[in-house]
Amino acid sequence: MHRFVYADNSATTKISKNVLDAMLPYFTEGYGNPSSLYALGQQARAAIDEARHKVAVALGAKKDNEIYFTSGGSEADNWAIKGAAHEMAKKGKKHIVSTKFEHHAVLHTLDALKKEGFEITLLDVHEDGLVRIDELKAAVREDTALVTVMFANNEIGTIQPIAEIGEFCREKGILFHTDAVQAVGNVEINVEDMKIDLLSLSAHKIHGPKGVGALYCRNGIRIETLINGGAQERSKRAGTENTAGIVGLGVAITDAVSDINARCEKLKALRDRFIDGALKIERSRLNGDREKRLAGSANLCFEGIEGESLLLWLDHSGICASSGSACTSGSLDPSHVLLSIGLPHEIAHGSLRVSFSDENTTEDVDHILNVLPLIIDKLRAMSPLWERIKKEEKGE
Amino acid sequence: MYTELVMDHFTNPRNVGEIADADGIGEVGNAKCGDIMKMYIKVKDNVITDVKFKTYGCGSAIATSSIATEMIKGHTIEEALQLSNKAVVEALGGLPAHKIHCSVLAEQSIKAAIADYYTRQGIDPTPIVGEIHECCHDGECGKE
Repeated sequence: MHRFVYADNSATTKISKNVLDAMLPYFTEGYGNPSSLYALGQQARAAIDEARHKVAVALGAKKDNEIYFTSGGSEADNWAIKGAAHEMAKKGKKHIVSTKFEHHAVLHTLDALKKEGFEITLLDVHEDGLVRIDELKAAVREDTALVTVMFANNEIGTIQPIAEIGEFCREKGILFHTDAVQAVGNVEINVEDMKIDLLSLSAHKIHGPKGVGALYCRNGIRIETLINGGAQERSKRAGTENTAGIVGLGVAITDAVSDINARCEKLKALRDRFIDGALKIERSRLNGDREKRLAGSANLCFEGIEGESLLLWLDHSGICASSGSACTSGSLDPSHVLLSIGLPHEIAHGSLRVSFSDENTTEDVDHILNVLPLIIDKLRAMSPLWERIKKEEKGE
Repeated sequence: MYTELVMDHFTNPRNVGEIADADGIGEVGNAKCGDIMKMYIKVKDNVITDVKFKTYGCGSAIATSSIATEMIKGHTIEEALQLSNKAVVEALGGLPAHKIHCSVLAEQSIKAAIADYYTRQGIDPTPIVGEIHECCHDGECGKE
């Protein structure tokens, strides 16, 4: 009877067996310091080089040395944005264009730069959760140093017109960074074709380990040193490498891109089955464009209920999902992403994000669809807000 | 995050519903903040003989309203007015810091229902019940 369904793969994923098997030897016999000259060290160095090559290939990078390993997506975002901004400021360029619904790793980095005297323009993402290229073109100025737009949104899953933005920025000589943490392995990416200068990614979103990510930085682009110290990562980010983690990232990204089309087809079928089923619930809505979205991700709102109580009931039924309600964020306001697409607070509080991986099945989706309407009915039956909505419906 | 007792009151809330011929109804909170509590009370000879609640909100909002109804049912109005948010939190075995406001809302919803009861009796409730804080977030709800 009791079924466990993990449907929060945008939060994190389970490490795959393939990844784990590749990592394990580097915790035990392969423990050498990659900077050491004896064979034990050089074997670790070779493993890191191989992982770097795998990441470069997965992204369509020209050279392996365009890949810098980091502790994850947030570090890569911080480094790319601050590092590029500080370099460009030397040329008198202190304006940055981004969007209202970036991940906090980007938005809070931009806040920090604002305090340093940078000017920030945040673009609207409209009801469909998509940036308009015309609005981006209108926002850039002579002194624009950097454009940073996420590849796919972490909450509502909408995919941005990255190639168009890249084309425009390259033409204008403006640096272009994209936070591709959610997109890697879920959307086909080629940094050369898409004219991306800087790209952030994370291993744990693609069945890799937590605590490891990478920054792609196109050759010829100067970004400041992140950590001073040894010569690791071309002396830009010192510190003995996380060999096992880096090896895990290399395998995870290779696996993620190798079967991307087949996997996305499978995920789309699960996602669409879920969306179609969930939209049958009265007063529900899908957030973000229906088509231009991550294959496995759906975000819906159900009026008259609050997201945290929905999540607790889902958990009670063995289902892991997430919400952008204020109560789950620990703040007074619901998620900035849901507000950025124009949802009123009271509707945003009732949001549910479900994100599938290739380990999910049709039975998982059906389990959620069986349980969800019952939970929503139960919560609405005790909700004074729902009572009010129904009264207004009747014109009382 | 939540104690077992909070989860128990969340999954099996006590006294949920409405009282058709209630003697007092109090509603506090608002949709924008993400929590609304509505309390219905039945009063006989100064004793709260029945109480029901409806809550829109998070797990702790539902749990605090549930336990608060148990703490006032069968008690006099004076005793119900003495119920503090702190007592509600203690009865639940504690709440996470950012959820304390839910217990304030539970306390205020009871006061609002009692105030409504007095108003219906033609008695000015303010000297007895005090000010009702309809929002739990120190008036920050109105801020954009």
